[in-house]
Amino acid sequence: MPDAPGLELIRQEIERDLPGSVGGTSYEHGCAAMIVDPEQILAVLGWLKETPGQNYGFLSSLHVADYLPAEPRFGVHYELLNFDRRERLRVKAMLADPGEDALPEIDSVTALFPTADAQERESYDFFGIVFRGHPNLTRILLPDDYVGWPQRRDFPVGGEPVTFTYNEHNRG
Amino acid sequence: MEIEKRDPLLAKQVTARDMLRGDLDGADLERYVEERVVTTTFEKMLNLARANSIFPLTFGLACCAIEAPISIVTARYDLARFGAEALRASPRQADLIILSGRVSIKMAPVVRRLYDQMLEPKWAISMGACSSSGGMFANYAVVQGADKFMPIDMHIPGCPPRPEAVMYGFSKLQRKIMGNPDQGWRARYNAAGTEEWARGGPRSEPSAEAAAAYEEARELTLA
Repeated sequence: MPDAPGLELIRQEIERDLPGSVGGTSYEHGCAAMIVDPEQILAVLGWLKETPGQNYGFLSSLHVADYLPAEPRFGVHYELLNFDRRERLRVKAMLADPGEDALPEIDSVTALFPTADAQERESYDFFGIVFRGHPNLTRILLPDDYVGWPQRRDFPVGGEPVTFTYNEHNRG
Repeated sequence: MEIEKRDPLLAKQVTARDMLRGDLDGADLERYVEERVVTTTFEKMLNLARANSIFPLTFGLACCAIEAPISIVTARYDLARFGAEALRASPRQADLIILSGRVSIKMAPVVRRLYDQMLEPKWAISMGACSSSGGMFANYAVVQGADKFMPIDMHIPGCPPRPEAVMYGFSKLQRKIMGNPDQGWRARYNAAGTEEWARGGPRSEPSAEAAAAYEEARELTLA
């Protein structure tokens, strides 16, 4: 895990090679995170993977979070791991909600990390994030004819209301 | 008599016949025969055979599968005592499906297809809270009750049900198969006397006890 000064050093080196790619850093609970420009996510992750001295060669997780009241709304999280130094680095790309029927888009990183294939499909399945350049971006866990993106915060939870004896008066 | 030289089983049969012949006659013989011979209809005999030779489908959905198809067929609970030890791996050969766990909306068409592939007559047990009502999974991914997409004969409550509860439900299903419609719900719901015939249906007059029980239940309900 890079400490807070180490995170700033990484940021400076990335800014030297890819100007304007890093929007900010955060270091909380011993976890280093870097917020990057979604348009340059492929370049940043490639830089972190290939640059000597960094070598974050393993994508241990790719996932999406929905910070609904906040804007930009979606955060795509890339958890990188350096096996040699046993250091983890979190890279976040924040995506705005484009509106009614449009879906937020970001570049696929399957060319860099083949393990991202299934995880990007899962992110598409539950959050409706479109990963440009993914070889087979279809639903992976839900049925193919499912409508909606159920892990978004504005999606109804579902189920059926059940009247128990303790709340039957509340339910009417 | 030369019975000692014969087959032992044959010897026993011969001695029983020799005992019966001449020892009993008249009313005693009639009662002896009545005590040992059962006459019934073909349908009842068929249902008796069906209820005691059920082939369950080897099928598990979730955590209830540990309790139902695995635990109750092994030595400690041993469903073989009730004639259901032959788990079939193909729905074509099975006549009972136990839904053991929550059914997700992606799994529901598969379960329905398995049920459709089973041959008649067939029965289905919905085991546990999840497959009966969705249970704690009141969300977008789980079917809220398996009877939304297939007929269920028996619901077993519990999360998960004890193996004893599964066996009790199984014996209830056997009683249902044998044509006894009494599932005990009248006693549980304090509904004695509410049978159709107790209200003076077209086919029979209620007995005095049934009419009194009906009146009592009606007064209790209206009070």
